Amino acid sequence: MTNKNILLEINNLHVTVNNNKILKGLNLKIYEGEIHAIMGPNGSGKSTLSKVIVGHPAYTIEEGNILFKGQDVTSLDPEERSHLGLFLAFQYPVEISGVSNEDFLRFAYNAKQKYLKRKEVGPIEFLKIIEDKLRLLDIKSTFLYRNVNEGFSGGEKKRNEILQLALLDSQLSILDETDSGLDIDALKIVADGINKLVNKEKSLILITHYQRLLDYIKPDFVHVMENGTILKTGDITLAKKLEDQGYGWLLPDKTE
Amino acid sequence: MQKNNLEKNLTNFATEPYKYGFSTKIEKETFPVGINEKVIKLLSEKKNEPEFLFKFRLNAYKQWKNNKKPQWAFLNYQDIDYDNIVCYSVPKVKKKLDSLDEIDPELKRTFEKLGIPLNEQKRLANVAVDAVFDSVSITTTFQEDLAKSGVIFCSISEAVKLYPDLIKKYLGTVVPAGDNFFASLNSAVFSDGSFCYIPKNVICPLELSTYFRINDQYSGQFERTLIIAEENSSVSYLEGCTAPQYDNNQLHAAIVELIALENAQIKYSTVQNWYSGDEFGVGGIYNFVTKRGLCLGTNSKISWTQVETGSAVTWKYPSCVLVGKNSKGEFYSVALTNHYQQADTGTKMVHIGKNTRSQIISKGISNAKSKNSYRGLVKINSKATNSRNYSQCDSLLIGNNSQANTFPYIEVQNSTSRVEHEASTSKIGEEQLFYFLQRGICLEDAITLIIGGFCEDVFKELPLEFAAEANQLLSLKLEGSVG
Repeated sequence: MTNKNILLEINNLHVTVNNNKILKGLNLKIYEGEIHAIMGPNGSGKSTLSKVIVGHPAYTIEEGNILFKGQDVTSLDPEERSHLGLFLAFQYPVEISGVSNEDFLRFAYNAKQKYLKRKEVGPIEFLKIIEDKLRLLDIKSTFLYRNVNEGFSGGEKKRNEILQLALLDSQLSILDETDSGLDIDALKIVADGINKLVNKEKSLILITHYQRLLDYIKPDFVHVMENGTILKTGDITLAKKLEDQGYGWLLPDKTE
Repeated sequence: MQKNNLEKNLTNFATEPYKYGFSTKIEKETFPVGINEKVIKLLSEKKNEPEFLFKFRLNAYKQWKNNKKPQWAFLNYQDIDYDNIVCYSVPKVKKKLDSLDEIDPELKRTFEKLGIPLNEQKRLANVAVDAVFDSVSITTTFQEDLAKSGVIFCSISEAVKLYPDLIKKYLGTVVPAGDNFFASLNSAVFSDGSFCYIPKNVICPLELSTYFRINDQYSGQFERTLIIAEENSSVSYLEGCTAPQYDNNQLHAAIVELIALENAQIKYSTVQNWYSGDEFGVGGIYNFVTKRGLCLGTNSKISWTQVETGSAVTWKYPSCVLVGKNSKGEFYSVALTNHYQQADTGTKMVHIGKNTRSQIISKGISNAKSKNSYRGLVKINSKATNSRNYSQCDSLLIGNNSQANTFPYIEVQNSTSRVEHEASTSKIGEEQLFYFLQRGICLEDAITLIIGGFCEDVFKELPLEFAAEANQLLSLKLEGSVG
C-alpha cells in the first residue's frame, strides 16, 4: 500500500437534490490500482455518489469537496472531469435515436484527443482504433452502426458502456450496478471485459447489490453505505457476510 | 457546474446573435406608401408592363380587398399596417448592368458578407445566381451557358418583356389571384422574382439558385417565382434567404408556382434564415408564402425540400396538385424555431389523377418559447384511384417551454387508395445530454449530433452543396452562448 498515489479523495461530502439531503458527510479515499465495491440497501445514496463524482447537474454540493489526482474537481464541468479520467458506466444507459454508435464513440474519442492536444482522427483511422477494442471485448462490429443504445438488450447496453470505457481509457471508472439485469453468461462476458482493462494505474468503483459480480472482479475493499455515509468498510469477507445475512445486522435497530 | 446551468444552456443554446444583421446604405427612389389602385398603376407604369398584367394586378387587388386574412393558423402576431407598406423599392441604378464590376461596391460587399459568391467561384461550382436585392434583380449570371441549352432563367420583370406569351399563359394558373389573402396581395403588387423555363427534352445543366434579401426596413417584399418544365425536362432550383437585423417587423408574402408537364421533374429546395427577432421576441420577418406545384403531365414529379430556420412568423405550405396520371409529389421539411418564433408550416398533397403518389417527411425542432406546428392536408379525389400517400411527422422539443403541434387533415374519396400517417414527438432530455457530457462531448457537439441525426432523412434530399449549407446553418443557430 506504500508509495501509491491517491487517485480520488472525497471529504465530508454533503449533497442535496430538490432540497432532500442524500449524502451526509461522506468520506472516501481511493489509491491507484485499487478496486472498491460499494454495497448498501436501496436509497442509501450509492447512485447519487456515482453521479456527483462525475458532475451531474441535478445534484447540489452543500459542503465538502472531491479531489481527483490532487485537483479539486468539485465545481468542474462534467466534460472536463471526463477528460481528466473519470468515467461512469450508467445503471440505465440512455437511448439516443438518430446518432450512430460509431459517430458517438468517435466524437467522444476526439474530444479527449483535443483535450490532450493530440491529433483528432477521421472516420477511417478511428475504425482501426475501435476495431482493436471490439476484438478485446469480443463485440461484433455491427454494434457500431446501430444508434446509441437504441433497441439494445440489457446486456448489449452494458457491453456498450464497457466499450466506451475501453475507448476512453479512463483512470477511474465507476460501474453503477453494471451487473443488474444481466444473466450469468452476460455477466461473465462483461466482467471479463472489465478485468482486461484494469491495471496498476487504474482504479474501479463497483456499485452492486450482489456478491456474484465480486466473484469475477475481486475488490480490495468493500464499503457498506447507509443513509448517505459509509457505515462500514472491510474486505471481500464483508460482502460474503452481507450475502448470507443481509444488511440488518449492520443497521441501527429500527424497532426501537 | 451549478444546478440549473444545463437547463439554462438548453434554452439558450441557440441564441447566437443573428450573423447577417446589418443593413446596406443604398440610396433609394421614393415611392408612395400604401396599397391602392393608384400605387398599382404607378408600379405597372414604372415597370413598363403590358396591359394584361396591369389588369391581372387590378383584379387581384379587388380580390385582396374582399379576402380576409387566414385565422386558422396556430399563430399570434400583430396586425400588419398595409397603409405603411412601400411595395416597390429600387436601388438607384441608372442603367442595366452587363458585368459584376459595375455593381455598387457597397452592394457587392453586402453579398460578400452574406457569403454569396456572385463571381467566378460560383461558376466553377456550376451554379447560376439570380440575385434579388430588395425588389429588382441586379444581375443575372451564366445566362449564356443556360441559353446554349435553351433554358431561360431571368427575372420575372424581364420575362414579362421578353416572353410575354409564356407569362400570359402560365402566371396565376397554379396559384390564382384570389387563392388566399396573401396570394391576392402578392398578385396585386409583386415587384420582381425569378422565371425559369426548361424546354422539351432538356435536362437543365446547372442547378439554378436565387438568393433573396430583404434590405428596406419598411418595404414589403412581394417576390414571385414561376418555373415551367416542359415535357421530358428536369430542373433543380435552389433558394436561400438571409435578412438584416431590424426591430420593425417586415412582411414577406411570396408566391412560387411550379408547372411540370409530361415526364418532367422539378426539384425545389429552400434554406431560409431570415431575421427571426431577438431573444425577447422583438422584430423579425413575417413570412406568408404560397408555394404550389402542379404536376400536370403524366409521370411528372415535383419535390419540395425546405430548411426553415428564420422568420418571427412562418406561414407556409408548399403543395403539390397531382393531376397527371402516375405523377408524384414530395415534401421534405426541417423547421427549427427558437426564442419566440412561431412556425405553422406543412404541405398539401391533392391527388386528382390515377395512381398518383405522395410522400411527406416533416421534422420540427422547437427550442425556448417557440411554437412549431405541422399542418398538412392529404386529399385523394374520387377519380384518383390506386393513389398512395405516406406521411411522417416528427417533432423534437428542447427545454420545457417550447411547443410542437401536428395537425394532419386527411380526406380520401375512393376505396382503392392508401394513406399512411406516422407521427412522433421526442425531447432532448437532460439525461441524454448528460450522457454526452460524461463521455467528454461538449453540449454544442451533442446537440449538433442529435439534431443532425433527427434531420438526416431531409438533409439527404438536398442537393449536395446545399446539404452542407443546411448543416452549417443549423450548427450556426446552435453555437455560441453555451458553457
